[in-house]
Order: sequence, then C-alpha cells, then structure tokens
Amino acid sequence: MVTDTGIAFAREMVPELRAPIALAVNAVLPLLFLALFGPLLTSTPGIGEGSPWQWFLPGILVLLALSGTAGAGGNLLMEINSGSFERMLVTPMNRTALLAGRTLKEVLTLAAQGVLLILVLLPTSFELFPLGALAGLVLLATFGVGLGALSFTLAVLARKQEQVFYLVQQACFLPLMLLSGVLLPMSLAPSWLYTVSRFNPVTHIVEAERALFAGRFAEPAVLYGGVCALAIAGLGLFFGARVMRDVRV
Amino acid sequence: MIQTRALTRSFRVKKGVVEAVRGLDLSVSEGELVAFLGPNGAGKSTSLRMLTSLLSPTSGTAVVAGHDVVREPAQVRRHIGYLGQGNNAGHLYEPRDELYNQGRFYGMDRRAARRRADELLTDFDLAPMARRRVGSLSGGQRRRLDIALALVHRPRLLFLDEPSTGLDPQSRAHIWQHIRRLHELHGTTIFFSTHYLEEADQYAGRVLIIDNGRVAADDRPERLKEQQAGDCITVTTGDEESARHAATVGEQVPGAHGATADGKTVRLRLGDGAVGLPEYLRALEAAGVKALTAELSRPTLDDVFLNLTGRRLRETAAEQAGGEA
Repeated sequence: MVTDTGIAFAREMVPELRAPIALAVNAVLPLLFLALFGPLLTSTPGIGEGSPWQWFLPGILVLLALSGTAGAGGNLLMEINSGSFERMLVTPMNRTALLAGRTLKEVLTLAAQGVLLILVLLPTSFELFPLGALAGLVLLATFGVGLGALSFTLAVLARKQEQVFYLVQQACFLPLMLLSGVLLPMSLAPSWLYTVSRFNPVTHIVEAERALFAGRFAEPAVLYGGVCALAIAGLGLFFGARVMRDVRV
Repeated sequence: MIQTRALTRSFRVKKGVVEAVRGLDLSVSEGELVAFLGPNGAGKSTSLRMLTSLLSPTSGTAVVAGHDVVREPAQVRRHIGYLGQGNNAGHLYEPRDELYNQGRFYGMDRRAARRRADELLTDFDLAPMARRRVGSLSGGQRRRLDIALALVHRPRLLFLDEPSTGLDPQSRAHIWQHIRRLHELHGTTIFFSTHYLEEADQYAGRVLIIDNGRVAADDRPERLKEQQAGDCITVTTGDEESARHAATVGEQVPGAHGATADGKTVRLRLGDGAVGLPEYLRALEAAGVKALTAELSRPTLDDVFLNLTGRRLRETAAEQAGGEA
C-alpha cells in the first residue's frame, strides 16, 4: 500500500516536472491574490492590530485549497474518460493507493504554494512564527487531503456526466468560500450571516490558521479547526477508499 | 487460459434489470488467438470486463490465467495484459514515462522498468516518439503505445478490446503485424474483439460469436463459413421464365439449398461451390435451360454473422458510429 502510493505519486509528479508550466501557474495564482487583493486590506477594520498580511495569508492558503485541491478531480476525470485510468485498474496496484498517490501530489503542491507565499511575505511587515507556521501548514495539508480525496470521489461518481462534477464542485466551492471569511472578516457580517458561517467547517479552519500563523496555539479556534480538518480528511479518505473498491469505469 | 462456467451479469436500470450476459461458457487454451465478435449490446464488453476483473459477475465462475476473477482479482491482474477501447497512455505524459510507470505498477524496480520501457519503444517502432507528448501522437502510434503498455510485464494472456478501431488501413495492418508477431514469437494467448470481420477471418485461429449474452458460434473461421453460410452460386438467364426453371433445377443439385429466382438471376447456396457449380451447369444443360453467366462467391464471416444473428456487423458498427456522432 505504501509502496504503491509512492509509485502512484511519482507518476503524478512526472508531468509537473517535465512541463514546469503547471508549477508556474500554481505559483502565480496565490501571488496574484497577494498583489491585487492584499493592498485593499490595509484599511479594513476587523482584521486585528498587526500587519494585514498576518491576517490575509492564512485565508489565501485556505482559498488555494478550496480552488486548487478541490478541483483535482478534474484531472482524474480526464484520465477516466481517456481510458488511462482503466488501464491502471487492471494492474495489480492497490486501488486505494492509486487515489492516495494522487491526493499526496495535490497536498504537496498546496504545501509548496504555502511555503512560497511565506517566503514572498518575509520581507514585508509579516511576522513569522516558525512553529505556528509549520503547524498551520500541517493543518492545511490535512484539510487538503480531505478536499483532494473528496474531489476524486466526486470525479469517480460523476464519470459518466462530466458537467455534474464541475457543477457540484462549483456549487460547493462558492458558498464554502464566501461563508468562511477568507477574504473579509466575518465579524463585519450581519448577525444572520455570521450565524450561518459558524456552521461552515471552513470558517473554523480559517480561524485556526489565523491563530497558528500568529503563533497562538492555546486558542479554542485551533482545536475546532483541527477537528474540522481531521473530520474532512477522514470523510474524504473513507469515501475515496470505498468508491475505489467498487469502481467501474 | 480462460475458463468460464455459466457466467452472467445483469445491470439494474431504471426500467428493471438488463441481463447483459446470460450464461457464458467458454474455454480458451494457451496459445490460441481468438476473435470475440458480436453485435452491439450482445454482451461483448461486459464479458471482457468480467474476464479482466474490472466487473464482478452476478453469478457463475471465471478462471483466467489460473486464477478465479472473483476470489483472486489481484493474481488475475498480475498475469493478464489489457487494452481497452480508450487510450492506455495518459495524454499529458510522454511514452517513455508511461511505460516506466507501468513497469513500476507491476512491481519492477526502477532499473528494470527503465530497461523494459526502452525495449518496448524499440519493439513497437516508437523510439523516435519516446519524448513526445502522447496527446500529440498519431492514432496509430498511440495505439501501438497502448499495446506496448499492456505488455510491460510480459503477460501470457492478452485481452484486446477493438485494438484497431478508428485507424486507417495502413495503421491497422501495422498493429496486426505486431499482434501476430507476439502470438507467433512468444506464444501469447490473445483474446480480441473487433468490428472488422476481415480481421477475425484473416488473423484469428478461432472465432467466438456472442449474441444475446450467449455464445452463438465457436469454431475456426473456415469451418464457420462452411457450416453457417456455404458458397453462393449466381447464374443469369435470358428471361424470367428460364430463371424460375433454373431455380427448380437448382433444388435438385446435391447439397444445394435456398435456390431463389429474382428476375433473370438465380441464386443458390451450397457447401462446396467448386464441385457444385459444374454439376449445376450440367443439370441446367440437361434441362434445356441456357445459362448466360455463372459466378461463384465464397462466404465471408459477415454472411455467417448475418445467418446467426440476423444482423450485419457493419450495420451495427455504422449505427453505433452514427449514435456517437
């Protein structure tokens, strides 16, 4: 299982390394957010005292997970429809490992984007708490495992109607993002909207990330966010493994 | 190599249950080259999927390459090669990388996988395209790569689902050259489906025709043609009345059947036309009917197919193409 995951992961990484253009796109996206949205935040109330970057960076990381990692199934869908996924199902490879290897690649991409953003922000007023940042990346990776696995699960389930995949993905992405306070603080929201946002697991993950990146470990937000991320990862892996076991292409 | 007993598979659909395969019994020995034919919806793909462990049977058993497909799917997968209707190779990949990945999938170490990849690239005349993107290869090149991928682990049994569909005649011939070499040089057992009956006729040592989820015929192509269709004699006469007379005479020729007159043309079927034709002409002479032209045509698998299933394979292929477009 572990070996097979490594082999599946290696296969996923090959095109990235052969054509670094995909890596470049993945790197430019978060930078665009930083450059074109970040400056708007300097005068926004509700983002706390220190540097606006301190508040904004954790949000972008979660946004990257929501927009990038959650779309990972699109690639799998393409491979299902072209036939190359079927070929892998006929090999002795462990089926859960086929999915795990793909998820691993998505998580690695996400973590790399996170590290890149941190490096870019270092010369600014952003203050780095190394342990907090590390914990934040681990939390992000956990969330990424769940999102990636769920996205692959959706791709396998929707393989006969490709548009269903994109429909569901978009239908989940927008509300989850808008309700999570990624771009603007939810404390500015009217109370009904605020209440709704408390039911969004992503909100708690964003808040946990903000606490961790500020070096504050001992906050309830960290616990809630951690539980949410673990739960999503657990659900993703559970459904992913199930759907792979009985998959028919 | 392949042994199935009463293999069935049904699917639940909105309007009830569809029995795609209903009691498939077949036995293929090592080293055979078997064509698996059937009209659309006859259960061909479903059968292939069950034999390759992609789909579990509803009932019945299948032992493939010495292992039960339900109880030991991993062992089955280890010992078979499979070429689906789609492309085995990922379109974003380079051929050499995909061959290497495939080797790793089958448990080869890195060095062995690299060596095997290069070997196959040479074998399948793909070395010049080793570093191009799969998506930019021609249809024929891509299909050769697909077959190479199915052979990475040197399987003793190879399943090919329409290996040559959609290719131009030259690429088809090229693909078949490779498949035959594999069969002759390595004794690989090959089980293939196709929409081109002439491929089955030309290459297969044995033809299995499946219809309505069951085996409808199973024999060498020559024998099938002889038994299921027979030769056809076509004679034209000067007028319609002579043609009708000639048809009656035709019924008396030993081994002949189905004599019909259509205008001035008479057709009859018989087992061995080379012997029957002169005999028929002599009989016509004796009966005072003047034959103007006489023609003998050998049956094709298409005739066999029509006889058995009531449909022509090409029609169903055209229907499908139309449906997909």
